[in-house]
Amino acid sequence: MNAPATANKRRPRTGEIVVEAQDLKRHYDVGGGFFGEKGLVKALDGVSFSLEAGRTLAVVGESGCGKSTLARLVTMIEEPTDGLLKIDGQPVTQSTAELRRKMQIVFQNPYGSLNPRQKIGAILEEPLVINTSDNAATRRAKAINMMERVGLRAEHYERYPHMFSGGQRQRIAIARALMLNPKILVLDEPVSALDVSIQAQVLNILMDLQAELGLAYLFISHDLSVVRHLADEIMVMYLGKPVETGPSEEVFNHPRHPYTAALLSATPVADPFHEKNRIRLEGELPSPLDPPKGCAFNPRCWRADATCRDRQPALIDEGLQSHACFHPLPVEGGATE
Amino acid sequence: MALLEIENLTVSFKTSSGPFKAVDGVSLTCDRGEILSIVGESGSGKSVAMLALMGLLPWTATVTADAMRFDGRDMLQLGAKDRRKIIGKDIAMIFQEPMSSLNPCFTVGFQIGESLRIHLGMGRAERRERAIELLNLVGIPAPEKRLNQFPHQLSGGMSQRVMIAMALACDPKLLIADEPTTALDVTIQAQILDLLVGLQESHGMGLILITHDMGVVAETAERVQVQYAGQKVEQQNVRALFSDPHHPYTQALLSALPERATRHGRLPSIPGVVPGQGDRPAGCLFSPRCQYATERCTREAVRQDEEFGFALCNYPLKDGQPTGYPETAEAAP
Repeated sequence: MNAPATANKRRPRTGEIVVEAQDLKRHYDVGGGFFGEKGLVKALDGVSFSLEAGRTLAVVGESGCGKSTLARLVTMIEEPTDGLLKIDGQPVTQSTAELRRKMQIVFQNPYGSLNPRQKIGAILEEPLVINTSDNAATRRAKAINMMERVGLRAEHYERYPHMFSGGQRQRIAIARALMLNPKILVLDEPVSALDVSIQAQVLNILMDLQAELGLAYLFISHDLSVVRHLADEIMVMYLGKPVETGPSEEVFNHPRHPYTAALLSATPVADPFHEKNRIRLEGELPSPLDPPKGCAFNPRCWRADATCRDRQPALIDEGLQSHACFHPLPVEGGATE
Repeated sequence: MALLEIENLTVSFKTSSGPFKAVDGVSLTCDRGEILSIVGESGSGKSVAMLALMGLLPWTATVTADAMRFDGRDMLQLGAKDRRKIIGKDIAMIFQEPMSSLNPCFTVGFQIGESLRIHLGMGRAERRERAIELLNLVGIPAPEKRLNQFPHQLSGGMSQRVMIAMALACDPKLLIADEPTTALDVTIQAQILDLLVGLQESHGMGLILITHDMGVVAETAERVQVQYAGQKVEQQNVRALFSDPHHPYTQALLSALPERATRHGRLPSIPGVVPGQGDRPAGCLFSPRCQYATERCTREAVRQDEEFGFALCNYPLKDGQPTGYPETAEAAP
């Protein structure tokens, strides 16, 4: 890994907040056609977080919990219905060239996110063509340098995406995202389409790049073992709302929200000697068109009572960890209720 | 005698650039009341082997085997008509994508009833009764209502339950589940796996669970067969496999799991990728990615006996260390 011609001068700094979200909301109007009744889907309903440089915030939850919507809002692919988003201290309301230089995204499916008719070189240089005034030689040098960083060889420059395996394509997608030296990388399920052995390669690259460039990661995933390995902070979401946030170790070891505990216990452990102590969750995620009254989790929760069915719990700050529950699990050994 | 016995199964596909061996000499057995798990990454031939048994491969595939016996019958000798009497009745299969496995044009009740009508010759009222019983069995609430619904009205978990109900319709002796929970969320995955294992126990079926998820294997399987690039590389009981893998690939695969690594540490990854059609190496197929490979491995790979989990390896691992490893090669890592 040689230093690039235009050396990256940024150093990992902690304590610098690069993303701050306050009460982000995204609602969609649905239906209202000839037959249908009008409905409102609250895909994301009040999410606040802050992310420091060099740190990883993981957003976990099942499909339909709004984690990908959050990724689209933070990158301003879609604009929030309500709420405030600050990138690098500046409030943003729409996608600007400046924002795209600071924030990039890597998508889940590397087979769908690369243009099959562009060579790798062209894919990597496109952000530079649009956003900088670099000449062709500089662009090429930067592209080749970035390819080396993510473990691709220089001769891959002239190849097309179909000539690469899934893991290599995901490296290309990561390289493309890093071409403009962003501060923040949004990773939307970056390894869930990959096999375990390849997943390990890509995760290693992500960790190396973070240490080297001081990147902030907003890591969206449903795979808790990956999240546990990478994340500093974690946010568990259910039906568009965060139900528990906190430092990764705390949340994993002492989940307070019943949903977090259930999610953790449902995740298969790759150890046949591990004693199964599973919380059986009945039912499925309710329809976001018709969310249950009160706490969104109450129909599936074994601790729910009349209060939960009536009122929505707010996110309560308790030291490092915060949770949105009227009947949180006790601090010790919450997972084995 | 085992319920299912397959010996030396090879499946090759005709492609424009020559034949491609998707399954290469795989043998497996599955008994009544047993859960066998076939685990491997994409391209390891785990699905294709089972599709070959079911006769669901396209005409471009050539299937050869020394033996393929199910319940005492030779599946290789059976004609298409006789095979169809077994497939769907005594051997049933569940697929990965529940949403696209169901026919969107027909109701759930019709699709469950179809195999009841064809295999068991049940009448309309009888079919309806049995379908309700099956939906109850797989834990679908209000089955009478669900019978008249179409697949698009069901969630992923519900669709997979319907698929399981369809597979169980004729009380199969062997159930093949091909990545049954990969497309589902973890809480739903837990529900479906519990359901499958529970049904397997209560019905005394053989269950072949194809998966790539080591966590699912650890929690459900009894015996595990590891495949790599179309070959069986190891076979062991689940506990022995996780505590003492004999093939270097299994060892590498297990250590690449994030949950087995130190937090925030580097993951021990396997360099390179699974060989494809054009770049299959001579000798051991894993040799280009194997940390223990020697010159001998580029020429041959020896099948070990039961002590080493039938590992297809010249230097099978014992407690993490290769046995019979040449002195000279050890000096040069």
